[in-house]
Amino acid sequence: MYLNQFLLLSAVLFAIGVYGVLARRNGVLVLMSIELILNAVNINLVAFAAFRESIPGEVFALFVIAVAAAEVGVGLAMILLLYRNRRNIDLTEIDLMKG
Amino acid sequence: MTEFFIIAESASQSGIPLGITSGGSWLLRNAWIIPLLPALSFLGILFFGKRMPKKGAELGITAVGAAFVLAVLTGIAWFDHRDNYHGEEAHLAVAASEHHAEEGHSDHEKEHDEHSDYDHGHGHSSLAVSNTVTWFQTNGVDLSVGVLVDGLSVMMLFVVTLISLLVHIYSTDYVGGDRRYTHYFAFLSLFSASMLTLVISENTLQLLVAWELVGVCSFALIGHWWEEKPNSDAALKAFLTNRVGDMGLLVGVTILFFSVGSVLPDTFGSFSIAVTNTVANNGLLSHTALLVAAACLMAAVMSKSGQFFLHTWLPDAMAGPTPVSALIHAATMVVAGVFMIARLYGVFFEGLSIGGSSINLMALVGGITTLVGASLAFVQRDIKKVLAYSTISQLGYMVLALGVGAWTAAVFHLFTHAFFKACLFLGSGSVAHAVHSFDMKSDMGGMRKAMPHTYRTFIIGSIALAGLPPLAGFWSKDEILAGTGGWGLFGGTGGNGAYTLMLVMGMITAALTAAYMTRCVYLTFFGEFRGHGDLHESGPRIVVPLWILAGFAVIAGLFNLPKGFQLVPDSFQERFGHYVEPVAGYFPTIAHATPSWSLAIVSTLIVLGGVTAAWWYYFVKVEAASKAAGKSLTELPNGPTTVYPLAKLIHNLLDKKYYLDHLYTGIIAGGTKGPLARVAYRFNQQVIDGTVDRVGETAVKSGQFVYDKIDQLVVDGAVNTSGRLSSEAGGELRKVQSGKVQSYAAILFAAATVLAGILIVIV
Amino acid sequence: MENFINDWGLTVTTFIPLVGVAIMLLIPRAQEELHKRMALATSLLVAVMGVLILTEFDFDATDKLQFAVDHVWIDVINSHYAMGLDGMSLPLVLLTILIVPLCIVYSWNHFPEPQNPKAFLILILVLETGMIGTFMAQDLVLFFVFFEVVLLPMFFMIAVWGGDDRRYASLKFFLYTLFGSALMLVSFLALYFLSGSESFVLSDLIEAVAANEISRTAGLWIFAGMFLGFGIKVPMFPFHTWLPDAHTQAPTVGSVILAAVLLKLGTYGFIRIAIPVLPEAAVEWAPWIGLLAVIGIIYGALGCLAQTDMKRLIAFSSVAHMGFVMLGISTLTDFGINAAIMGMVAHGLITGMLFFIAGSVKERYHTLDIGRLGGLLVQAPRMGWIFGLCVMASLGLPGLAGFWGEFPAILSAYNPGNGLSVVTFRTFMVIAALGTVLAAGYLLWLLQRAAFGTPKEEFADDPAITDVTKHEWISWAPILALIVAIGIYPNLVFRVTDGAVDASLDDCLQVSASELTPEQAEALGCDSIYGLGEMSHHDEHAAETNQ
Repeated sequence: MYLNQFLLLSAVLFAIGVYGVLARRNGVLVLMSIELILNAVNINLVAFAAFRESIPGEVFALFVIAVAAAEVGVGLAMILLLYRNRRNIDLTEIDLMKG
Repeated sequence: MTEFFIIAESASQSGIPLGITSGGSWLLRNAWIIPLLPALSFLGILFFGKRMPKKGAELGITAVGAAFVLAVLTGIAWFDHRDNYHGEEAHLAVAASEHHAEEGHSDHEKEHDEHSDYDHGHGHSSLAVSNTVTWFQTNGVDLSVGVLVDGLSVMMLFVVTLISLLVHIYSTDYVGGDRRYTHYFAFLSLFSASMLTLVISENTLQLLVAWELVGVCSFALIGHWWEEKPNSDAALKAFLTNRVGDMGLLVGVTILFFSVGSVLPDTFGSFSIAVTNTVANNGLLSHTALLVAAACLMAAVMSKSGQFFLHTWLPDAMAGPTPVSALIHAATMVVAGVFMIARLYGVFFEGLSIGGSSINLMALVGGITTLVGASLAFVQRDIKKVLAYSTISQLGYMVLALGVGAWTAAVFHLFTHAFFKACLFLGSGSVAHAVHSFDMKSDMGGMRKAMPHTYRTFIIGSIALAGLPPLAGFWSKDEILAGTGGWGLFGGTGGNGAYTLMLVMGMITAALTAAYMTRCVYLTFFGEFRGHGDLHESGPRIVVPLWILAGFAVIAGLFNLPKGFQLVPDSFQERFGHYVEPVAGYFPTIAHATPSWSLAIVSTLIVLGGVTAAWWYYFVKVEAASKAAGKSLTELPNGPTTVYPLAKLIHNLLDKKYYLDHLYTGIIAGGTKGPLARVAYRFNQQVIDGTVDRVGETAVKSGQFVYDKIDQLVVDGAVNTSGRLSSEAGGELRKVQSGKVQSYAAILFAAATVLAGILIVIV
Repeated sequence: MENFINDWGLTVTTFIPLVGVAIMLLIPRAQEELHKRMALATSLLVAVMGVLILTEFDFDATDKLQFAVDHVWIDVINSHYAMGLDGMSLPLVLLTILIVPLCIVYSWNHFPEPQNPKAFLILILVLETGMIGTFMAQDLVLFFVFFEVVLLPMFFMIAVWGGDDRRYASLKFFLYTLFGSALMLVSFLALYFLSGSESFVLSDLIEAVAANEISRTAGLWIFAGMFLGFGIKVPMFPFHTWLPDAHTQAPTVGSVILAAVLLKLGTYGFIRIAIPVLPEAAVEWAPWIGLLAVIGIIYGALGCLAQTDMKRLIAFSSVAHMGFVMLGISTLTDFGINAAIMGMVAHGLITGMLFFIAGSVKERYHTLDIGRLGGLLVQAPRMGWIFGLCVMASLGLPGLAGFWGEFPAILSAYNPGNGLSVVTFRTFMVIAALGTVLAAGYLLWLLQRAAFGTPKEEFADDPAITDVTKHEWISWAPILALIVAIGIYPNLVFRVTDGAVDASLDDCLQVSASELTPEQAEALGCDSIYGLGEMSHHDEHAAETNQ
């Protein structure tokens, strides 16, 4: 097995994720794309850990999973609130932070 | 304890004798009580005056009266001290600076030798009494405040307290019922306190403080009726003109402070008058420093003592109440400049080389002033302005005398002038009190019948001022003329240098003075009454002070009968000189002029000439013309001049200005100097006065310009521009803040990509 | 008790106001009376502490730091909580302690719009902590913190309670001073790192700078940074433009505190930090400081002559007066710096008083347009007299406090410190003397137009125009008494400052040149300073005596 294969997979996942984040207008889909990005990172971490036989990478991956779970929780809550208030979860229409 | 006592302990120690002692009687050492009394009464009147039965006047009179009694006692103590005191003399240890000794001021050394016997026929040397406390310390050096009591200060104490007391009494009647009666007396008290502090000043800093304080009292009293703008304008003018001179005082005092410090060990400067004079007398200071200091101090003298060309404030100062004019603007404050020269005579004597020249700055300023003042006195129709210009002229006389080295004569003239000029001013106030005007031409005339006391005292004062024997003015004026040393041709010698020009100036002024006072007396007291209302003599509170001053105007001259005046025993000669002129280390060695009978006779004839000319014009010609016209005239209707056609003359009679011109043409025919006065007055009003106004205007304009153009436009503009730039830059940047999450993310990824690229390229 | 004062006196004095603020925050806003009492009680407690400190202060050792405390504060950057009081800071601390309660009393019944005494008084108390702390701090970081603490309350005071143009003025004030302090902070840091000092404590820094020569250029730049920081606060020409706006827009009490204390933070910084730490750079900068000072004197006076607004005129006069203070400082002599401290105290009292009067006039006439005023002496005679007294004090009348700041400053310029050009400073002296004439001009002109004459028609029968009220008397009387007392006996201040100033100056600067032989100069290591001036003192004296 080669490390390249894992890295390639992770790169593809990451690229899909980035595409999703930038291109999709639906909030839920954007959140899912973020999950993709995080998981791409996780693959990287685990792959390197396995090849170098060191533990920290795997520990980090666990952390990331935990944080990702929290993030999705908060994110979904926000989208839910948005939907309640606006009946719409199109991110392009939300620009309250406009300077 | 002041710094020089620390330096010098006793006579046994080698050093330069200072001519001062810390001993002496209690009264002399504690002369500071005299100014303290009126200072306390100032506070008392200010805080409680309105609640007192006499509105505070009684407090002022009591304090000044007590000060007067103390001043008299101090004077008596001084007589005893001068003749009998043999205490320890303070000596000044000077830094052994080789330059000075070696550079061989041979003439100075000779002077110093002469110094050692200190005997100008006055017996043993006089030791001034000095008593000081620390005022403030800086750089580890204590700077003191205290008293320096010698003949000069004792004489001034007497004059100031006496005239102040009389003016206080006079004022209770004159300004009675005024709405600021209480404040008036408060300021009279403050003035007395400041002036008395000035005359006993131990050091130049104290002198400067008192100098400014009398200035502010003068400001407040000139502007006493400040509701009218001309009065407050006059007050402002007085204060500002004096400030210009004070600039000179600040600089002069500073130069002296450090120059003296550079030759003393253990200190970096000294304000002490005695030390400064002593160091100057002994040639320890560079001539340049002394010259610059003396010139700067002269500027202060010119403003305070109304010397040409800073004199213009003094006539305007007549806007104040008349007793104030008598006290401040004739008898006491305006002589502060003269007093300062007399006090720091060592500095001036060395700095201006009075001892060895025939012309110097001081003598010239005095000479010009005395002529300008006397000639301007002719053109006035306001009686107080006549006296104001006369004061300027007489102050010029004193400065001239100091400039030629006739110290005692100058101080003696200060003494006599105080009495007769105060008498004249208070007399003019008495007249004005009756007619409610100061205009001699339109509101006075023939007052002698209604006001006999005022008339008589005014005549006495006028004769004294004109300088006819045996009244006070004659003796002092004559000593000054002798002191110029310009009479050498006809016997009588001495003085410092031969100031012939000054003698001529003095002679001319004597004639002019006699003539303008004759004119003033005629216009006020002779002819027919031209004003309105019924005349009456003033009350006793006005008349009694007048008679006291007139009494002094008669006898004051006898205090200093010249040496060799055979009609009296020797012990009556030069008493004033003996007690007032210091014979001490802090006073320069000056040569004394010998009086001359021939000079006295000639000067008297000149005065009589002036009187006769004016008498002939007014008492004969104008009087006759008045009779012919059937009403009281103030000058000839057609005059002796026949050059002008009659019609033109009538037209000009209506023209006020030319009316005056015609008067002078008439007087010239009588042998006096009309055109000079006219030119001088024009110059005075238009050039000098105009310059003051112009400078003020220009300052405001340039202030306006600087403020509008530079401050608001450039300096402030730069600040505003930088503010605007940063705000505009912010405006551009905010466009990036779209508020859309995805555009932020795009930027984020783009930036990350770029950074990653850089990382790859570099690593 | 003695121990308590010694160990805790300064800390307690500094932070009492903050305790007061904490309590006031808990009291609801509506209880205005309680807030006023609370604030007054706090400031009076500070005053009592001030008196206690004064009684314990050793006046024979004014050159030593007394009641000193020194604890490690921020370990990472070696900053200490170092406080101390010597003769140089004592007068200014006392001035602050005096002015604050008087300001609270003055505003008792007439808070400026929009009222809200709670917030207003809290700001004043925070200001007090900042000001006292600045004068006591002996550590540069601590100094900087206090220096900045002062900024915010004053900003809010102007921005909320100010006049019509308050936003502009408050921002200008804030930005201007912040700009200066940023540079100042950079200088402090540079000083710390370049000198290799153990800590930010002032005495350590002075030692370190003296021990490890920092390069001439670095010294000059560091001094320049401090110069800007302090000079803007003073304010010196040409950094003064914030002052007239801030003063004109600030509420009366704000103006008073600004004039009386805040401006002194700048000058105090010069004499406490800049000059003692970098004497050599100071010698090189001194002629420029002196030049800006005399330009300020003349320029401020000209500015005054052009004003039509009373408050703005007084503000411009501050530029001129602080010019005298800076002139004294620039001579780098004991004499001059003593004069400068005296000038600070005098200016604080006198100009503070003038702003009080301007505030009271505004309250009665609702205008400060000099052209519309007049006859104050007729309508409110007592206030007119007080006004006259303050004008006289401000123009430097001897016998009142102002003179003792002005005249010694002029005097000291005749003989500047070693290494400075005598000719240059004597020129400054003459120009400064001219400034006294102009000062008399604009102040008397103000007095004449505002106080003399008769009231204008629009105000002739206005019943609102009353004489001095009870609150005004209470807040003014102590200031007036001090103006007179210091004027009559200046040693009240000089006695305290002299020793401390002497100790703060580099030995080479202060020894009188005539007493210093070349060998002595070498022994003291003065070559570096003597080499700097165009013409050293020694030459000048020799030239003079040779004539």
